[in-house]
Amino acid sequence: MRIVTISLTLICLCLFIAARPVAALDSNLITRLASDDSDEKISAIHQLIEDDPAKAITILHALSDGQLALAGSRLIILNGDRASDAISGEKIETVPANTDAITINNRIRRIVATMLSSLDIFASDSKTRLNSARYLARNATFDSLPIIEKALQKETNPEIKNRLMVARSMASLGSSDAAVRLKAVAYLKNEATPATRQLLSALLVKNGDNWQEPDAAVRSTAQASLKEIDRKLAYGENLDRIFTGLSLGSLLLLAAMGLAITYGVMGIINMAHGELLMIGAYATYAVQAFFRLHFPEWINWYLPAALPCSFLAAAIVGMILERLVIRHLYGRPLETLLATWGLSLFLIQTVRTLFGAQNVEVANPVWMSGGITLLPSLVLPWNRIIIIGFAIAVLAGMWAILSLTRLGLFVRAVTQNRSMSGCLGVPTGKIDTLAFGLGAGIAGLGGLALSQVSNVGPDMGQGYIVDSFMVVVLGGVGQLAGAVWAALGLGVFSKILENWSGAVIAKIAVLVFIIVFIQKRPQGIFALKGRTVES
Amino acid sequence: MRSRTVLKLFLLLAIGIWTGLSAFTSYAADTIKVGILHSLSGTMAISETALKETALMTIANINAKGGVLGKKLEPVVVDPASNWPLFAEKARQLLTQDKVAVVFGCWTSVSRKSVLPVFKELNGLLFYPVQYEGEELEKNVFYTGAAPNQQAIPAVEYLMSEDGGGAKRFVLLGTDYVYPRTTNKILRAFLHSKGVTDQDIMEVYTPFGHSDYQTIIANIKKFASEGKKTCVISTINGDSNVPFYKELGNAGLKATDVPVMAFSVGEEELRGVDTKPLVGHLAAWNYFMSLKNPENTQFITMYQKWAKKENLPNADKVVTNDPMEATYIGLHMWKQAVEKAKSTDVDKVIAAMAGQTFKAPSGFVVKMDEKNHHLHKPVFIGEIRPDGQFNVVWKSKGPIKAQPWSPYIPGNAQKKDEPEGI
Repeated sequence: MRIVTISLTLICLCLFIAARPVAALDSNLITRLASDDSDEKISAIHQLIEDDPAKAITILHALSDGQLALAGSRLIILNGDRASDAISGEKIETVPANTDAITINNRIRRIVATMLSSLDIFASDSKTRLNSARYLARNATFDSLPIIEKALQKETNPEIKNRLMVARSMASLGSSDAAVRLKAVAYLKNEATPATRQLLSALLVKNGDNWQEPDAAVRSTAQASLKEIDRKLAYGENLDRIFTGLSLGSLLLLAAMGLAITYGVMGIINMAHGELLMIGAYATYAVQAFFRLHFPEWINWYLPAALPCSFLAAAIVGMILERLVIRHLYGRPLETLLATWGLSLFLIQTVRTLFGAQNVEVANPVWMSGGITLLPSLVLPWNRIIIIGFAIAVLAGMWAILSLTRLGLFVRAVTQNRSMSGCLGVPTGKIDTLAFGLGAGIAGLGGLALSQVSNVGPDMGQGYIVDSFMVVVLGGVGQLAGAVWAALGLGVFSKILENWSGAVIAKIAVLVFIIVFIQKRPQGIFALKGRTVES
Repeated sequence: MRSRTVLKLFLLLAIGIWTGLSAFTSYAADTIKVGILHSLSGTMAISETALKETALMTIANINAKGGVLGKKLEPVVVDPASNWPLFAEKARQLLTQDKVAVVFGCWTSVSRKSVLPVFKELNGLLFYPVQYEGEELEKNVFYTGAAPNQQAIPAVEYLMSEDGGGAKRFVLLGTDYVYPRTTNKILRAFLHSKGVTDQDIMEVYTPFGHSDYQTIIANIKKFASEGKKTCVISTINGDSNVPFYKELGNAGLKATDVPVMAFSVGEEELRGVDTKPLVGHLAAWNYFMSLKNPENTQFITMYQKWAKKENLPNADKVVTNDPMEATYIGLHMWKQAVEKAKSTDVDKVIAAMAGQTFKAPSGFVVKMDEKNHHLHKPVFIGEIRPDGQFNVVWKSKGPIKAQPWSPYIPGNAQKKDEPEGI
């Protein structure tokens, strides 16, 4: 009798366990998923995919986005203010207080990404499939070969198909069939990415007497493919080097263009030029703060609004300086130098008092973050591209003002022969102020551009004053075209040098080059020819 | 006749000022002066300003609880403006003119090296709150930051471990001065001892305040594509970190491909950066704001309240970081030592500092070593989160004793683990 009871209980127990395996599994799985031990977590992830691939997709996406959390024994997905149960999917009104985010490290992040890419490749949304195919084309291993083959059979989208073919070739390198490997190695010739380069060069490693790749034909094809990939990668690198040089050059140009007017055209040694840049950058910061406060929904478009503000802020400060100080020192370069240097200290301290000594944060708008991938090895960041375009626009605007408007005509006339223009009725005093204001305003625009790539702080101008004078002097005083060539030349030159010798040496070498150059050719690259008063 | 009257007036005035001053100094003798020597402007202001605030907050907090030896602490704040020779000048001013009992200050090693002769000459006392390269042990300095074996070595070991990605190639990227150079020398020797060859190590330096990281990031990408798992160890200091991380995000270099481990980037430095593209990049410290324990909660609330009261910029978003914690620990330990010595005399306080303990916001009881002037500290490795905080992905089992003389530098084995001349 007793035996019967015991066996009955046992049977019941077995039935009970069999009836709710999922629930029991889940709580165990959840604790393992939330475990601090990476191995536990990984085994839980594998099990999750085996048990329920559909649910695994949502849970793994949440995990890789850092949205997965543990509330007591319940697994929830946090998305901003909203929360939902990860397993049942039902909405949770109030997030429980004992919520603990489940954190992952890079190792798990990589594993989750690999898992997700093999799950997402069968998604109905073509964008998700493309992303996953792109991931596979960078990270495919022999293990993922069956999934890639399966996906390839179903896939119709040519772009995704192309990515999958690359992924298949990468994965096939692990195959034991030499013919398959040979085909894969030959196919990879067209895919010049760091990942394929790494894979192919790994084949050509010799361990003792054995090659990593036993078949000689595969090796020679791999060698040829590698050569082709190297050629393409080097091409991308050279393009990148030119682009970074142009980008640095455009920044130098924006920083120096204002000085090309005040120093180059008007002949004022303005040591406070860097501070005019700084005022432009702070004006940008102020506009950003204003937008954050009053129009948070338009925050991504604060930059266009900052354009006139930074121009005007710097121009007004410039004109005040000209009226109060510089005007009385025309023709006395040494005194101008000292006075403007004093002014620069004054401006730095004023800004420090108003905004604090620490750098302020000027964020890139969303449309200026990230970059476009031109070649697999060449990513051009948006902020750099936009700044190059901006430099061209400012340059065009300045050229138009100087050569097409009446003000420009007067400025050129006054700088060439002051007394003659005065005799002809040009209000020389007013023109000086306006021209200085224009130079200062353009410096303000330069500050706006600089705020997008470097730090904005009270002493930021000090770092650019030397560079700006370098560009103007190298280009030839009194020349706009000279400044353009000098800025771009210096940018490309110092980037190529930096690549070869490191940033510290490059900086020194550029300065030495300028000293030598100015000694050989004091008038700069382009000398102003004409009947100016001095000549 | 008239000039004599003027002279007399002048004399009277001078006497008046002098008596007034002496009255003031006699009043001031009821306080203990504490010097605060941190750059409040220039390239290091991004990191050091918060340390000044932490020191002022801790002093206010100690004063509110009755001060030290029945006297109130009186902070003397100076700004050496990220200018290394000015650090020495300001230190001399603090010790000779203001006659401070102790100085809390410096961030970069070059500033510490610059003030060192002053502290030795005048027998002052300096508390240095930042992780550094070691290779120094001075009687007049207490180091409350990490030595290389409390930060750099565990961090590289983590990167080489399976969880860290099993890195085989290393880019050592730093600002060009003594801390990154020495740390990288130690790391290179350490990597050699682990069988990493020179061709798998790339060492790059940039000037202070460098803002164009395009070439360097392109070179890192190229280096990483030449095979084997690559990681970057960054000892970039100051505001250069902002353009570096911005460029890193824009260039699409992800932490899963090439993780960046930083030794001088904490919560404060990341405040000016969009951290969403940076998730997964790493930092090694002895404290993170995201640690959960009662001491840390108290420390964070205290600082947040202080920021609101003082109306600091972005007061609602202030963060705490490792060197701030080290400043906080340092001030409290100095207070305990003064109370133990019953005097602010430098030699007595130095003797009393040995073996001091403090329940730190890191959640561990940290101890000042009996001999080597360094703390026993726990080590944490954190990953950048989308909100600019760090997730701890690895931590040491307990506090680790500092080795200021790294065993990976030849000739260090014979050096004594205590300052000369005690």
